[in-house]
Amino acid sequence: MKTKILLAAATAGVMFAGSVLASTLDDVRARGKLNCIINTGLAGFAAPDDKGKWTGFDVDFCRAVAAATLGDADKVNYTTATGKTRFTKLAAGEGEILSRNTTWTFSRDVDLSQTFVGVSYYDGQGFMVPKALGVKSAKGLDGASVCIQTGTTTELNLAEFFAGNGMKYNPVPIETNAEAQELYKAGRCDVYTTDASGLYATMSSFDNPADHMVLPEIVSKEPLGPVVRHGDDQWADIVAWTLKAMMAGEELGITSANVKSLAGKDNKNKEINRLLGKDPLQGISKLGLSADWAVNIIGQVGNYEEVFEKNLGMSTPLKIARGMNQLYRDGGLFYIPPIK
Amino acid sequence: MSFLSNIWRNEKSREIIVQIFVLLCIGWFLSWLISNVDANFKALGKDISFEFLFIPAGYDINQYLIDYNNRDSHLRAGIVGLLNTGLVAVFGIILATVLGISLGIIRLSKNWLASKIAYWYIEFTRNVPILLHILLWHGIIINTLPHPRKALNLGDVTFLSNRGFYIPKPLTENGIELVYLFLVIAIIFSVLFFKYAKKKQDLTGVQYPVFWINFSVLISLPLIAFFISGMPISLEIPALKGFNFRGGMHMSPELAALTFALGIYTAAFIAEIVRAGILAVDKGQREAAESIGLKSSKVMKLVILPQARRVIIPPLTSQYLNLTKNSSLAIAIGYMDLVATLGGISLNQTGREMETMVIVMLIYLSVSLSISAFMNWYNNKVKLVGR
Repeated sequence: MKTKILLAAATAGVMFAGSVLASTLDDVRARGKLNCIINTGLAGFAAPDDKGKWTGFDVDFCRAVAAATLGDADKVNYTTATGKTRFTKLAAGEGEILSRNTTWTFSRDVDLSQTFVGVSYYDGQGFMVPKALGVKSAKGLDGASVCIQTGTTTELNLAEFFAGNGMKYNPVPIETNAEAQELYKAGRCDVYTTDASGLYATMSSFDNPADHMVLPEIVSKEPLGPVVRHGDDQWADIVAWTLKAMMAGEELGITSANVKSLAGKDNKNKEINRLLGKDPLQGISKLGLSADWAVNIIGQVGNYEEVFEKNLGMSTPLKIARGMNQLYRDGGLFYIPPIK
Repeated sequence: MSFLSNIWRNEKSREIIVQIFVLLCIGWFLSWLISNVDANFKALGKDISFEFLFIPAGYDINQYLIDYNNRDSHLRAGIVGLLNTGLVAVFGIILATVLGISLGIIRLSKNWLASKIAYWYIEFTRNVPILLHILLWHGIIINTLPHPRKALNLGDVTFLSNRGFYIPKPLTENGIELVYLFLVIAIIFSVLFFKYAKKKQDLTGVQYPVFWINFSVLISLPLIAFFISGMPISLEIPALKGFNFRGGMHMSPELAALTFALGIYTAAFIAEIVRAGILAVDKGQREAAESIGLKSSKVMKLVILPQARRVIIPPLTSQYLNLTKNSSLAIAIGYMDLVATLGGISLNQTGREMETMVIVMLIYLSVSLSISAFMNWYNNKVKLVGR
């Protein structure tokens, strides 16, 4: 019996570092740090700044979860993953969250035994071409060489789009965004295709972004969001409600600037009280979180709008409009369940 | 007790006991690993299943030697990848062998400059990791060759661009059968003539210029048939249409870069193997051959190389194996080989890491073992026959 336990412990230690032992939240608390899997480098979503610190939309989500669970948004270890290695790394326990612009699909959710906890960004696959090419529509791309990031839903969408329109193309599969950019710039491909957000991010890093354009066609639905391992519902709920709390913050007008003062007083809108811990929010202890979880998230990281505008919005080089990524009342797709 | 200690003292039985013990340890370790994987898969809610091989792959592959489209299965995508691996391995092995043997001989040349150039080539090439070679060649092709619209034009039929090399493709028409027939006749004649000339030389010592006669027969007979039957071969010339060239035969920059890199890198090792093989032949052999008046080219061909071959072939085999395995680095530049298709995109789309990796490993293993088996057979054929 004893050897069996030892074996099981060694097994877990060797193969999937601790993934099957304690609850994920206990693991994170015991370590004092959240392990977060992010992109190897995509401007606006996850990229190191000039001081070598990771910044971006996906990075801020990791920080929000750290703020909710550990009370400090800076207690995050970042692990990078390519499109190909991300699910393996998550399954192997190299991180508690995969926050790496990952598209929610049926087979990824069901067949790969992972849990998608929500949509943080509604995206769609687009095409970028040099303006000099003279192409105005993706329907005019028959016979083109197309650079794609391999290991993504992009490959399947691309095949379906070209086949559906009776066009031929020459796929050039590339492992990372950085290499794909190099090949696109060198003229190995006529077109670069990935999620539109990725195209804007890539374009913003060019020397002369004005020489390139994103074609109007968006050929797929790409709901991007954080992913966790299957089987720990408590952890999945924590991550899901962290995202919702950020959106609720926007809806209720709570920002990183006013969250402290709102948390200190009795607000007319009782939902604000419940979110910020002034009034009891039933069940929060079952999540294993303290009452000030949302105060930490919004205070240290910001609400959804702040995070979006800081990393992707019109004041950044990416200049992405909110579009679908705003609250339902503003014409977007985010509709948050009541905080009750 | 004394019986047991007797067994232990006996050298023979002690050896057997130790071997059984080691075998048990290995077996225990392996079964532990397998049960581990099984337990962890269960814990993660995953199962081991190969059904994904038969569902449509959904992605396109830019180079296929057998028909393929994105509705075909993952299995077929894997086979397309395997054939691409095979193609680049064959190209690479041919280039590496030709270049390596030439360099090995040049390295031993009495010409100081030639020998030094070969020396520096070998030292530079084999001391740089293969991945850098691949990236370098890919970079050179992509960045120095022009865009297809400004492609280097060689006589309006062959075009070089950073999207690859385009050459005319021969298309056969009615009447080609006669050319094939004449070619077969020419081959049969060559074989017979070769045997006849060898017999004649063994009996009388008279030498015919076998190579030149066979060469001209092999060329001229099909050529005559070609003109008699009204030139039944036409060329499909590549032409720029839209974004890219269409028609003709196409070699992608990835295939070219990989072939150059693998060939040139492995050639450096083969050159050293060839040099070692030649130096391993006793210098008395050369002196004896020279003393009976053989020309130096004949000395090399008839005396030195046949003996050197025995030393060369075993390490040469391992270079061929290395080259084939190194071709899996193709993924770095987006060449769609076995690792990029079945072990890459299929893995990703289906999430079956364990299954795809096991299949890919088994395929590499069987490819390597077949190359090994063939080279062993050849080695047995040329090795010194004990009398």
